[in-house]
Amino acid sequence: MISEDLSLLLPEIVLAVYAMAALMYGVYTGKDRTMPLLTWVTAAVFAALAFWIGITGPGTHTAFNGMFIDDGFSRFVKVTVLLSGAAVLVMAQDYMVRRGLARFEYPVLVALAVVGMMVMVSAGDLMSLYMGLELQSLALYVVASLRRDSAKSTEAGLKYFVLGALSSGILLYGASLTYGFAGTTEFKGILSTIHGGHMSLGLLFGLVFLISGLAFKISAVPFHMWTPDVYEGAPTPVTAFFATAPKVAAMSLIARLLFDAFGTAPADWSQILAVLAVLSMFLGAFGAIGQTDIKRLMAYSSIAHMGYALVGLSSGTQFGVESMLMYMVIYATTNVGVFAFILSMERDGRQITDLASLNNFAAKEPLKALAILILMFSLAGVPPTVGFFAKFYVLRAAIEANMTWLAVLAVISSVIGAYYYLRIVYYMYFGQETEGLDTGTMNIVPWIMLMGTAVIMLVGIVNLFGVEGLAHAAAATLVP
Amino acid sequence: MVEFILFAPLVGAIVAGFGWRFITETGAEWLTTALLFAAAIAAWFVFFSFDGNTQVVTIFRWIDSGSLQANWGVRLDRLTTIMLIVVTTVSALVHLYSIGYMAHDENFDESKGENYRARFFAYISLFTFTMLALVTANNLLQLFFGWEGVGLVSYLLVGFYYKKPSANAAAIKAFIVNRVGDFGFLLGIFAIFVATDSINFDIIFPKSAELAQMHIGFLWTTWNAADVIGVLLFIGAAGKSAQLFLHTWLPDAMEGPTPVSALIHAATMVTAGVFLVCRMSPLYEYAPGAAALVLVIGATTAFFAATVGLVQTDIKRVIAYSTCSQLGYMFAAAGAGVYSAAMFHLMTHAFFKALLFLCAGSVITAMHHEQDMRSYGGLRKKIPFTFWMMVIGTLAITGTGIPFTGDLFGIPIGFAGYDSKDAIIEGVWGANGAGYAFWMLVIAAAFTSFYSWRLIFMTFFGAPKGDKHAHEHAHESPMVMLIPLGVLALGATFAGMIWYNSFFGNEKSMESFFHLPTHAEQVADGGAQNILSQEHQIPNALGAAEATKPGAGAIYLREDNQAIEHAHHAPAWVKISPFIAMALGFLLAWVMYIRSPSMPGKLAESQRPLYLFLLNKWYFDELYDAIFVRPMLAVGRFFWRWGDGVVIDGSINALATRIIPAMTRAAGRLQSGFVYTYAFTMVIGITLLVTWMTLTGGAQ
Amino acid sequence: MTVAAFVFYLFAIVTVASGVLVTIARNPVHSVLWLILAFLSAAGLFVMAGAEFVAMLLIIVYVGAVAVLFLFVVMMLDVDFSQLRAEMVRYMPLAILIGVVLLVEFGMLYGNWHSAPQAEALRQAVTPDLAQVQNTKALGLLLYDRYVFLFMLAALVLLVAMIGAILLTLRHRRDVKRQNVLAQMWRDPAKAMELKDVKPGQGL
Repeated sequence: MISEDLSLLLPEIVLAVYAMAALMYGVYTGKDRTMPLLTWVTAAVFAALAFWIGITGPGTHTAFNGMFIDDGFSRFVKVTVLLSGAAVLVMAQDYMVRRGLARFEYPVLVALAVVGMMVMVSAGDLMSLYMGLELQSLALYVVASLRRDSAKSTEAGLKYFVLGALSSGILLYGASLTYGFAGTTEFKGILSTIHGGHMSLGLLFGLVFLISGLAFKISAVPFHMWTPDVYEGAPTPVTAFFATAPKVAAMSLIARLLFDAFGTAPADWSQILAVLAVLSMFLGAFGAIGQTDIKRLMAYSSIAHMGYALVGLSSGTQFGVESMLMYMVIYATTNVGVFAFILSMERDGRQITDLASLNNFAAKEPLKALAILILMFSLAGVPPTVGFFAKFYVLRAAIEANMTWLAVLAVISSVIGAYYYLRIVYYMYFGQETEGLDTGTMNIVPWIMLMGTAVIMLVGIVNLFGVEGLAHAAAATLVP
Repeated sequence: MVEFILFAPLVGAIVAGFGWRFITETGAEWLTTALLFAAAIAAWFVFFSFDGNTQVVTIFRWIDSGSLQANWGVRLDRLTTIMLIVVTTVSALVHLYSIGYMAHDENFDESKGENYRARFFAYISLFTFTMLALVTANNLLQLFFGWEGVGLVSYLLVGFYYKKPSANAAAIKAFIVNRVGDFGFLLGIFAIFVATDSINFDIIFPKSAELAQMHIGFLWTTWNAADVIGVLLFIGAAGKSAQLFLHTWLPDAMEGPTPVSALIHAATMVTAGVFLVCRMSPLYEYAPGAAALVLVIGATTAFFAATVGLVQTDIKRVIAYSTCSQLGYMFAAAGAGVYSAAMFHLMTHAFFKALLFLCAGSVITAMHHEQDMRSYGGLRKKIPFTFWMMVIGTLAITGTGIPFTGDLFGIPIGFAGYDSKDAIIEGVWGANGAGYAFWMLVIAAAFTSFYSWRLIFMTFFGAPKGDKHAHEHAHESPMVMLIPLGVLALGATFAGMIWYNSFFGNEKSMESFFHLPTHAEQVADGGAQNILSQEHQIPNALGAAEATKPGAGAIYLREDNQAIEHAHHAPAWVKISPFIAMALGFLLAWVMYIRSPSMPGKLAESQRPLYLFLLNKWYFDELYDAIFVRPMLAVGRFFWRWGDGVVIDGSINALATRIIPAMTRAAGRLQSGFVYTYAFTMVIGITLLVTWMTLTGGAQ
Repeated sequence: MTVAAFVFYLFAIVTVASGVLVTIARNPVHSVLWLILAFLSAAGLFVMAGAEFVAMLLIIVYVGAVAVLFLFVVMMLDVDFSQLRAEMVRYMPLAILIGVVLLVEFGMLYGNWHSAPQAEALRQAVTPDLAQVQNTKALGLLLYDRYVFLFMLAALVLLVAMIGAILLTLRHRRDVKRQNVLAQMWRDPAKAMELKDVKPGQGL
């Protein structure tokens, strides 16, 4: 019994044990000098685990009385999380060393956060959901204030922590209401208490609080307030991490909770998600326009993107989940490329995130500028980039679910949103001659990430590298 | 062979247009010219070797969508072969002529790298290709492609001197007026597709009898389908061929270089409308209403344009109105049901009108680009060859010949225009008797003679007027310009006599020439008819019933169409009336411009209103300006200022400069940086969500 | 009213009242003391519910350790609570409005509250039969057997908390002078001072 359970949990256990071993190694040997090595080894472990999970055969298994679910959906998300985590780790390693951020705890904390995410997406019970979420969040709070001498960084960590605690409270309150109604925290059990798509008021309140608590993690409006400050204040590698893996995991967690525990009453949560989606898309678009700092801009951008992913999810269909998964994969890939570039932005050897510093960049570094152009077009959803297909799929999901109004609003907001992506391109290509960025400061790893993602954005339109089929299979296991 | 004829000009155009830097401009000139000559020789070969049986050569599948099927191909019948020789011959000669004419153009400064010659030759080669695509079409879509293609190149060439505002205005005018006609044409194609479910000639033509029985709802009531289609197609034809009401663009189009005027606006493109009506002869045979309209408009245009031509002073405008008038003749013939006469005149007109234009170009070159005839005079000594060529052209257009020789020898002895124009006038008489159309055409013949001789007298006789320097330096054009004149002059002289019997004079020759059914062979059709498939050549041994089906031959005549039969037995006064009209016109011109040159001035003084009426082209431009252009401009301005400027721009601007920044500021203000604000927002958000859920009770 | 009911209401009222006083007390130390009172009465309520083990845990861990830690922190920190309170007053009307709205809604919720019909059965399904095992053992069974997965995760969470605390606070400040005892002891007086013979009028 227990050995079978543990064997299902093996990837998580391996990662957790590795994290502890790495911690020991770091503490008892070279301390912060081991950081580059640990970073690469951690990334390698991530990649190996992703490969391992990827080749795991099909089928749905549960462990620990249904608290842990290993199915196609969770495997898909875990691979995405692990790979994006690995990418963000390796591309920031050089930056961390140069900026004096080379703390050996960083890769360890990231590994533990990833363990939390893996538990989250495999959660089959409100309790395991919460434990995974807290494990992830706590690690993220810490790395947000990694630059502890910087007021901004510590402020970011503190804000994130306080508001995260509030959201956890909200989540727990929703969980207790749900437990009060259903008498169980197991998703299957909750689902069994809903009859004929009708939800009792108590359960509905619980649902609202649960969604609100989780909406904080994906920074959906109005639970998004921490995002710009934390994105700006946290060290750039940490911001890059925030923008990728945790978003994928939290979004998938929402899908897991809603379909596994409330799947028979989609009408109730679908309208809540739709409202959150609309608010996120528009606030993301409007908020980003006024920004002058590229990290804050990316924060609003991620708010808007979470809105689009929610559009797919709010359709409440299998295709909706598929489109959401596709959207998140594409979003994470694009963000890896964009942050690889942001990491390299510096003037006179100092990190700079001012948008105006991009002025006339194309004249100095035409290749990089072209890559950024492609990535920005992809984020804006301009064909023929992969980002267009991401938006296309979620819009299709909304329309197929008879939520045309939502699709129309999504299109309008994406038009508004295109403004600030194109503004970056405008600065690069047509900006005034001002003091720009240093050239040639990019390390080889971020360079590969930037160019690689840009190429993916173009080449991927051929068949999206087969992700579509995988996402389809993953969604099919979640929504029969 | 036909594929070569069709695509040789396209190859030339592409190479000259895009590759002239590799082969130099001179190379481009000679390449396109050589290709055109080769095509012309091939076309003549095809013309003479053609046995009269319709052939369809499919080159490639173009559109295949549901029942809409259109292949790119060549429909080879007598109409096509006639047009092939006309287009390729004139085009080849114009190419050759242009080498001389375009050698030094003062509108462009070659020292500044403004190369124009390769562009010019690419354009006229491209024009030739599109024109050939038009005439070889076996379906309305390819025809429309060619139709629009020639319109496009016409636009490009009229506006060739793009630095001149007047040229640009003329190009735009030509394009827009043609759009009006094209719109009608398109509607006609749509109507045909609706009525017959096809746009292929092979399928449309056999169904024309059915069309006559069919009714189509259009505008406010239902109409006879054949008439509606006929009228709509004629609107298209009228636009392209500058018939009355849609003619205003043609005189302005003379802004283009003179070879262009000769090729496009005299010999080929403007005759596309005539070709269309003749091509659709099975349809018009069953659409008496539409045919009557064609006849009336054609005859009126012939008269109208001739009157305007009387008083114009710009040498090219005179010829332009003359073209307009001659096109009227052709339409009148087509409307009267003597399509062969229309095609006959189309062919002879191509020779003598191209000749006249090229001569005019030679005169203009000699006179340093002076086009006002009042500045000419006495040029026959300076440019004798051009003078003689132009006289031949004038003899041809006025229809000079020896009366009654037709009855005596079987062929009327005279210049080309004599044979073809008389054929038209007799044919119109044969169809309708001495009615409106007949008299209009006869009067127009007199006017034609008058203004043509007036042109000769004003240009080549009398004392030199205008710029003295220009007259002193007037010189004959180079050889490359004179050779085409000579070749065309041969055509203008003999074309009529050679093909008179094939086109009009002898029913037996016509039958074999056009593959016409003889009336005796006609039988009441019935039973299953084979609809000709693509690439299916009609065998010679086809049964009579099938051979008489519409669409079997190049043109189709119903058995009750006896116009030619009647025309052959016209009384003597009918046959001689155009000759008398021509002679009167010549005499009047001689009196007014040689005997007493002061007469025209006095006449203009005494009949000032009439003079101004004619000089201002019946005030058509002014009328259109008042009726269409100004109101349209006003409407356009309204939509621009209010619709676009205020409503659309205004709302977008308000959105982009006020609402969105306001939202952005609001989003920014929300982001105060204080944790309690953030927490507060979250709590407010959750409160609203809970309230919403409480009030609506969820999905229930 | 039975004694049990009386005691329940006593503890309940004390819990709620002290909870309110935690938030409105002017002196933060008083707040913490009110908090301790709230914990104690909550422990009383647990005893009433038959969960004596949890009650003891509450007293030992929360009152004995956590609350006392709070007390130290509050005493050591120099936080100007009056300023925070001034900010709070500004938003009070809105806060009260939201509170009232939420309260009304929860009133409605509890007004027609009903659990799912199978809730009781589901609840029973995971708990060992209390007639067979005692309270503490049942807790142990749940915690270390059925929910061992969650227990391990909790351990990881604590590990992260520990790493985080150390990472963010422990520092070796290099710009501060430290006493190095060994260095002091190994100091050689002969090398501590260098004598220079400075000639007058020349300087170094």
